[in-house]
Amino acid sequence: MTSFLVFIILVLIGIAVWQLTKIFDLTQIGGSSDNDEIANDRDNSVNGYLMFAFVGFIYVFTIYSLYAWSDLVLGTPASEHGKDVDNLMAISMALIFFVQTITQFLLHYFAFKYRGKEGQKALYFADNNKLEAIWTIIPVIVLAGLIMYGLYTWNNIMFVDKEDEQDAIIVELYAKQFGWEARYAGDDKTLGKANVRLIEGINTLGVDLADPAAQDDKVVTELHLPVGKKVIFKMRSQDVLHSAYMPHFRAQMNCVPGMVTQFAFTPTVTTADMRNDEAIVDKVAKINKIRVNNSKKIVANGGTALDSYTFDYLLLCNKICGASHYNMQMKIVVDTPEDFKAWLDEKPTLAQQWKEANAPAPVATEVVPVIVDSTKVVAQVIK
Amino acid sequence: MSHEHGHHKETFITKYIFSLDHKMIAKQYLISGLLMGIVGVVLSLFFRMQIAWPEESFEIFKIFLGDNFAPDGVMRNDIYLALVTIHGTIMVFFVLTAGLSGTFSNLLIPLQIGARDMASGFMNMLSFWLFFVSCIIMISSLFVESGPASAGWTIYPPLSALPQAIPGSGLGMTLWLVSMAIFIASSLMGSLNYVVTVINMRTKGMTMTRLPLTVWTFFLTAIIGIVSFPVLFSAALLLIFDRSFGTSFFLSDIFIQGEVLHYQGGSPVLFEHLFWFLGHPEVYIVILPAMGLVSEIIATSSRKPIFGYRAMIASVIAIAFLSTIVWGHHMFVSGMNPFLGSVFTFTTLLIAIPSAVKAFNWITTLWKGNLQLNPAMLFSIGFVSTFITGGLTGIILGDSTLDINVHDTYFVVAHFHLVMGISALYGFFAGVYHWFPKMFGRMLNKNLGYVHFWVTAICAYGVFFPMHFIGMAGLPRRYYTNSAFPLFDELADVNVLITIFAIVGAAFQIVFFWNFFYSIFYGKKATQNPWRSTTLEWTTPVEHIHGNWPGEIPEVHRWPYDYSKPGHDEDFVTQITPMKEGEEVLHH
Repeated sequence: MTSFLVFIILVLIGIAVWQLTKIFDLTQIGGSSDNDEIANDRDNSVNGYLMFAFVGFIYVFTIYSLYAWSDLVLGTPASEHGKDVDNLMAISMALIFFVQTITQFLLHYFAFKYRGKEGQKALYFADNNKLEAIWTIIPVIVLAGLIMYGLYTWNNIMFVDKEDEQDAIIVELYAKQFGWEARYAGDDKTLGKANVRLIEGINTLGVDLADPAAQDDKVVTELHLPVGKKVIFKMRSQDVLHSAYMPHFRAQMNCVPGMVTQFAFTPTVTTADMRNDEAIVDKVAKINKIRVNNSKKIVANGGTALDSYTFDYLLLCNKICGASHYNMQMKIVVDTPEDFKAWLDEKPTLAQQWKEANAPAPVATEVVPVIVDSTKVVAQVIK
Repeated sequence: MSHEHGHHKETFITKYIFSLDHKMIAKQYLISGLLMGIVGVVLSLFFRMQIAWPEESFEIFKIFLGDNFAPDGVMRNDIYLALVTIHGTIMVFFVLTAGLSGTFSNLLIPLQIGARDMASGFMNMLSFWLFFVSCIIMISSLFVESGPASAGWTIYPPLSALPQAIPGSGLGMTLWLVSMAIFIASSLMGSLNYVVTVINMRTKGMTMTRLPLTVWTFFLTAIIGIVSFPVLFSAALLLIFDRSFGTSFFLSDIFIQGEVLHYQGGSPVLFEHLFWFLGHPEVYIVILPAMGLVSEIIATSSRKPIFGYRAMIASVIAIAFLSTIVWGHHMFVSGMNPFLGSVFTFTTLLIAIPSAVKAFNWITTLWKGNLQLNPAMLFSIGFVSTFITGGLTGIILGDSTLDINVHDTYFVVAHFHLVMGISALYGFFAGVYHWFPKMFGRMLNKNLGYVHFWVTAICAYGVFFPMHFIGMAGLPRRYYTNSAFPLFDELADVNVLITIFAIVGAAFQIVFFWNFFYSIFYGKKATQNPWRSTTLEWTTPVEHIHGNWPGEIPEVHRWPYDYSKPGHDEDFVTQITPMKEGEEVLHH
């Protein structure tokens, strides 16, 4: 089927080239007898008009894209800082659209307006310091504003206040080819030490079970977060680079083998509330319609129909990590604080799980776990 | 000068293969670059087909990828990543660095500054042949059984270091590293030659402020290359050590396939720093020569001086300088200290200023001109258009706050393809259309050129404009299929549209290739100065001779942009025309 399509496309292209060349050839008739492959007045005229049409194409395509695809973009941000990010994005986008509309118009309009004509004389206009100053200073002012707003937001996101830190919950995100696990630090708010050299059996994260701080750590494969509470994520990876990307929360940080990275945010909308969000309801309906359609084809080919889709927050891998990079995900559920507590309380600690699975936990004596502080690594790199 | 008597006997081999003549070397670079371009583009069509029609069986895959890479015509998921990797590598390094810079720096530096050849013809020849060898090695890696390098063109370790992590990191990656090491040696020889030639071999009267902007950009590009390529070389070397000799420069604490590896104390982030210390300047190595070509063509075809010649030089110098201190904007979420993120946001957004100056100067050059809309000029205007569209979104990606959410999504793909991929290709095409008569003594067919431009222009926007939207929908790049996430189901139609535009756009490049190869042999014979240009290369005879000028090298009396100068009958005054009595210099 598709090879047939490709064939059709190729034939159409062939016809199109033939026709287009013919059109351009026809424009030559009656023109001067020159056939020296240099643009003459007719070429300038035809291409000048096409230039003007092209800026129309850019505008129409932009408007069409906004109309057809603007509901594809991520909707309401589900984290506290997400609003600031979206705000800055909106300002930047408005600026971009403004500059794009004007400059593209000027460029193509000039190309049309000043298309070459026999006897037309160009203006000898080599420089003008005032103009250069204008289009240096205006970008300077605009960018200064953007930089300051951007850096203010960036610092708010990336540096967690001491007070917030005491109140926050600590979660480790653990990446490996091709899946995620999460570890909650428990009541002591301290993650037990860990190193890949301690990976054994069900202790898939290499937690040092002899570390007192590790005793209340809990390892899960579905991430639950309480709404309205700061969550500090500590990222680790056991094999290659991964990136923990949580688009609905406007959050992303790479997971780097050999070091611990960090990102923190406060979820603001529970999963249940988000499922009732107007834009999300529409989105889910649209997606399910597509899935029903796709299912028909699949069933006709003897496959099983696709599940219907309900909205969930997601953690995706966003750094090329191997063959199944495209399917490395974990579900995120944002609960009310009560539900979250109930869910977490039910989970056994890793120490309990280990005890059940094995005889007495091994005491780590010889291997000293190495956990590298990201800022120190950076400091070394700078040196 | 021995060249003046120099009609040495030339054999086929010394003339066409191991030539020392910069004009022949330029043609060799051009044709190799174009052939590599075909490979790079075809690979991209393969993976675009996989994205649009995931896991479908294609006859064409059976033929080109074979049973191993595409069992039953369905592309393997790691081969998808391999194609992405090799596409990026070929397009960035082999087409847009060697193809673009190698062709036009070689052709135009000696011709435009008034030199008989490059400072070292032998090193120049060596530079091309090393490039050729690296091409062969890179292409041969496509035929390795375990697959070519598959860790992305950025080859971040540990993925690129461990064959356990992905099959392409075995022999394929070794070949990639060897090919790149040779490529860098080639690039450095070329760059050193360009710098030395521009500094030492300008003809009488050719002061630095009388150089065409092309030469300025080639000169600065070569300097950036000399500063940054060795850093990639060292990164590649250290990676070879980690891969083959068990060192731990970039690796630490790795547990893979049930086994702990011995690596301890290295950091992948260090590799990222080393890589992007080249990688970012690299995009300017790609775009600056295109900017130079476009500036020259816009001035010539507008029959006007380039607006703000000195501002153009200053902005290129500013861009060249800033390009070496912005690499961290690729690493905002890499785990480096967020304070560094602030610094790199600041330096990155500064680049918007000289870029804006350049864009406005190009637009002003068109104003009140007498535009000769040859295909070269169309591609130059197209260049400014895509450079603006792609450049503007850089304001978003350069801002660390906004980068958090669009990093490594299709938004990035849209941005860099428009601003450095398509723009640089337009610059490349513009250069080929404009200087084809100089290279081959014949003209390209203009009507085929018009068809080529308009279809390419529409398809380029058709491919990359929609990618902004699917990127803002949170779709990560380098996904074999998006079907693992129901969330992305609604993006499938857009991806089909993009792929169709890509196939049509790529197919129309056949028009160019036909035009190119046909015209080399059967094109209309060119006159000496077909575009009525002011610069020195058009004062040489159409037939190439060794040493460029038959007699003395001409002396230069004025800057290169005296188009439509009042007080002259013609609308151009060549650089070798002495100033008339009482004629004033009207530019600063």
